[in-house]
Amino acid sequence: MFYREAGQFKTSYTADEAIFPILQDRFFIGAILIVAFGVIPFFIDDYWANAILIHFLVYALAALGLNILTGYCGQVSLGTGGFMAVGAYASYKLVTVFPEMNFIVVILMSGFITAAVGVFFGLPSLRIKGFYLAVATLAAQFFLVWLFNKVGWFYNYSPTGMIVSPPREVFGFLVTGPDAHPAARYLFCLSFVVVFAWAAKNLVRGRIGRNWMAIRDMDIAAELIGIRPLEAKLTAFAVSSFYIGIAGALYFSVWLGTAEPTEAFDINQSFFVLFIVIIGGLGSIMGSFMGAAFMVLLPITMKSIMVDGFGFAVGAAKHAEVMLLGSLIILFLILEPHGLARLWQILKEKLRRWPFPY
Amino acid sequence: MKFKMLTRALAVVAVALPVATTAAEAYELTIPGTVYRTGPYAPNGIPWANGVADYYAMLNERDGGIDGVKINYIECETAYNTKQGVECYENTKSAGSGALAYQPMGTGITYQMIPKASEDKIPVFSMGYGRTSAANGKVFPYIFNFPATYWDQASVFVKYIGEKEGGMDKLKGKKIALVYHNSAYGKEPIRVLEEAAKKHGFELMLLAVDHPGQEQKATWLQVRRERPDWVMMWGWGVMNQVAIKEAASIRFPMDHFIGVWWSGSENDVMPAGDDANGYLSGAFHAAGDNFRAHDDIKKYVYDSGKGTGDRDRIGEVLYNRGVVAAMWTAEAIRTGMRIHNTKEPTGEQVRDGFEALDVDAKRLAVLGLEGFTYPVKVTCENHQGPGKVGLQQWDAKAKKWSFVTGFYEPDDDIIQPLIAEDSANYAKENSITPRSCN
Amino acid sequence: MMFFLETVISGLMAGVMYSLVALGFVLIFKASGVFNFAQGVFALFAGLALYDFISMDGWFYELFGFALPVWLGIIATMGVMVIVAWLVELLVLRHLVNQEPIILFMSTIGLAYFLEGLGDILFGSDVKPLDVGLPSGASDYLLDNYNFYVEKLEVVAALIAAALVIVLAIFFQKTRIGRALRAVADDHQAALSVGISLRMIWVVVWSVSGFVALVAGIMWGSKSGVQFSLSLIALKALPVLILGGFTSVPGAIIGGLIIGVGEKVAEIYAGPFIGGAIENWFAYMLALAFLLVRPQGLFGEKIIERV
Repeated sequence: MFYREAGQFKTSYTADEAIFPILQDRFFIGAILIVAFGVIPFFIDDYWANAILIHFLVYALAALGLNILTGYCGQVSLGTGGFMAVGAYASYKLVTVFPEMNFIVVILMSGFITAAVGVFFGLPSLRIKGFYLAVATLAAQFFLVWLFNKVGWFYNYSPTGMIVSPPREVFGFLVTGPDAHPAARYLFCLSFVVVFAWAAKNLVRGRIGRNWMAIRDMDIAAELIGIRPLEAKLTAFAVSSFYIGIAGALYFSVWLGTAEPTEAFDINQSFFVLFIVIIGGLGSIMGSFMGAAFMVLLPITMKSIMVDGFGFAVGAAKHAEVMLLGSLIILFLILEPHGLARLWQILKEKLRRWPFPY
Repeated sequence: MKFKMLTRALAVVAVALPVATTAAEAYELTIPGTVYRTGPYAPNGIPWANGVADYYAMLNERDGGIDGVKINYIECETAYNTKQGVECYENTKSAGSGALAYQPMGTGITYQMIPKASEDKIPVFSMGYGRTSAANGKVFPYIFNFPATYWDQASVFVKYIGEKEGGMDKLKGKKIALVYHNSAYGKEPIRVLEEAAKKHGFELMLLAVDHPGQEQKATWLQVRRERPDWVMMWGWGVMNQVAIKEAASIRFPMDHFIGVWWSGSENDVMPAGDDANGYLSGAFHAAGDNFRAHDDIKKYVYDSGKGTGDRDRIGEVLYNRGVVAAMWTAEAIRTGMRIHNTKEPTGEQVRDGFEALDVDAKRLAVLGLEGFTYPVKVTCENHQGPGKVGLQQWDAKAKKWSFVTGFYEPDDDIIQPLIAEDSANYAKENSITPRSCN
Repeated sequence: MMFFLETVISGLMAGVMYSLVALGFVLIFKASGVFNFAQGVFALFAGLALYDFISMDGWFYELFGFALPVWLGIIATMGVMVIVAWLVELLVLRHLVNQEPIILFMSTIGLAYFLEGLGDILFGSDVKPLDVGLPSGASDYLLDNYNFYVEKLEVVAALIAAALVIVLAIFFQKTRIGRALRAVADDHQAALSVGISLRMIWVVVWSVSGFVALVAGIMWGSKSGVQFSLSLIALKALPVLILGGFTSVPGAIIGGLIIGVGEKVAEIYAGPFIGGAIENWFAYMLALAFLLVRPQGLFGEKIIERV
């Protein structure tokens, strides 16, 4: 009824291969983009920017990156926190060593540096699989955090090892530092996320993406039909780390403004992004966003309801929140193991048939 | 069927927006506290948070707040996690009629708040923790870290060791180890100790322990092999308990083992039992509940069932740290209100209160905290106060901490140049022009 | 030389402590293919429950006015862990049969969150000095006579671990349930078709690993007091796990010993030159190095892949 593609004829291959072939999807995405770019910036304040929107965008981008690796190429990684740290420290070094460098270039460069590191730590994936690989990527996680904590060069020899992001402008607007307007910082992050989500969507539909999926579904079979695992796995690590590196750079420089390696990029960070990907749906771009929304917003919502709404003591509320989050994760997995993205799909099916149940 | 259940579940989630803040009522002094009652550091966070909450509650019950204006103390749970600290800060900064002062309770969260709070003109009172160079009020107008910093403390420990060895010149050739939490907090004293090692000619041995610090065999085996004359510890959480136990195991003399003031609470020494007897730690306030303020807390807060913790844990070291933090904050607000002659101060006015803060022995007596801590005077340039630190020792029989020294002056020859250097770096990186204080 | 020996022995002992945690992972993975992330939280939960039973300031004391002796407390805690295992099967695993491993893994993370919150709400977040009468401190005899340092608690831990492995081996080899367990581990389908109840097996195996978690909780809890950080020891067990192989009980023990010795020797002899605190990543690097040679871990079952 609401979501019917009847009557939408495609007359060319280009139309058939469009990123959103169905009119309603285009409307939907268009509406979201218009709201995100055209409406929210006028209403945004510090709370919404810092506590919710930028928080969400950064994790959505990191989840996109991990989803490419885990969801599309089937390589489970627990090194996300470490790779985000690479992005963050790369951006810090670039900003402080080359103060004149355009900030967009800084962020992109941080992504490329992380990609290189990611490829290096992806090498074991050629031999190790499954949970063994997941735990092996923890080596990267712990080593990188240790490195940034230990080697003074990375934090410009500050006495505590804490890095602080200096104020930088893009197109004449401050995007980092305390003076930056929340709307500027939000738009800066949003632009990166939108561009890279679009890129990812296209990437996974193309030859590279199909190679990844073949490797994910069964690597030996993929190898037999002529896909080179070396190339496919390492490109997945590279692209994924690139995304995660950018997320890390935004996380440090735009969102938090300060970072300490042992806390900001610890192992929980890796797990958190993995949860987002699984809850959102493995192998789904949309899912990364939905998962990030779920994992970022749910705790804040629960806290607001329990503490501000019902006046619970904060400690008890936090415990209850953790318990609820745990039960919700289990409940979701039981009801829909393929994540929120799959739910979205079911919803669309329902909308198409509505008002008829079948 | 499954789908229906899910839509229902989603509908619950869809209320996904923070509840609007309550409508404005009578003016209250809003003081947020970013506490951590959960997570790996909760055992330390809880007594501290209780102390703060109880002191404010006592002021409200006994005096009707500060100079008759009620205090609205808002707790926000961070689990000692910077990201949740961000949410807390943004959520509480405009609560009520605007936050007047923050106590971040955590190094990471303090660093995170420094630029933001300076921008929002809300003073941050990181009592003895956080960024040491914030002592320079010219660069950090809104950050206060009195009564003493980690750097003061490190230099005082060196002084104490020198005294015990029979003079500072006897330090030459001695070996001092620092066992530290491998994080920004734990690395803080290293620079001062390195300078002190150069000045006094002792050898410094650095031993990092990773979070959480459950396994420290390798660290203490190294201590056993190298046999340092003294060990200092900058520990936190489970690391403290394990370190004290391990030190006892290798028979390191406890009275040569000095912990930072975050490594010197009842929690830290209890699991080691009798073995912890004689362990030393830094402190700037007394332990115990034999003060009038504590009696008032019991009378006004606990007797009417409004206490946040266990009655018999009042007076623990960390609880008292909460009390002293709340006391200074309240005094600063009071000073600010009197300077500006207002009953509805703003963050800026409270900052002025902090900078004019003068809690001397007489004032302490009035507050019912006679001899609880030393007199503190803060000025526009100097946000770290007198910087004095004493040493307390654990008596495992009596299960009590008690002071074994007076309060030492820090070694400003080493510290002041470092503060100047670090704050100048911060000012340069963030293009801040230091204000003038005249 | 003496010191090197001390380092190695301390490493071995620390390794045994890791193995205790890793064992729990292996048991569950072997029987149900679930990578149980909640194992660390199990240890914490068991420690908290035990403390509650045997101390004067717990629920139990408040309700009944007396505290249990240690041995009874351990049995009672075991009962609690069986109930937890049963609930896990009833509420979680039963509904996730035949899902992919990563989904099962994720569900155990949900479980970990839940138990973490529950443990804190029920028992409070304070440090609880657990004393079940295990010796602590250095062995005075060796230290006085030979200047040789060995931690008594860890010797006890090693003995208990050895006993545990023997008991488990007998349980697996000689009992009816044990044989059923091995059958399930070999092939779910075949086990089902000869009439083995998969559900019962799962409850049993989760209970057994709950028991192992209890032992780990006692050991680690005696060292540092029972507190939230106890749940983080799972991270120490992961390199042990991949080094030994997910499916091998002897692998968990030998993996633990290798990791323990490796990280202590590295920390003490290489650490000072590159800045120290290298233990954590070194353990993973060491495991990774082994994996590159044997991708299924030292004792893991050979991974055979067919198209």
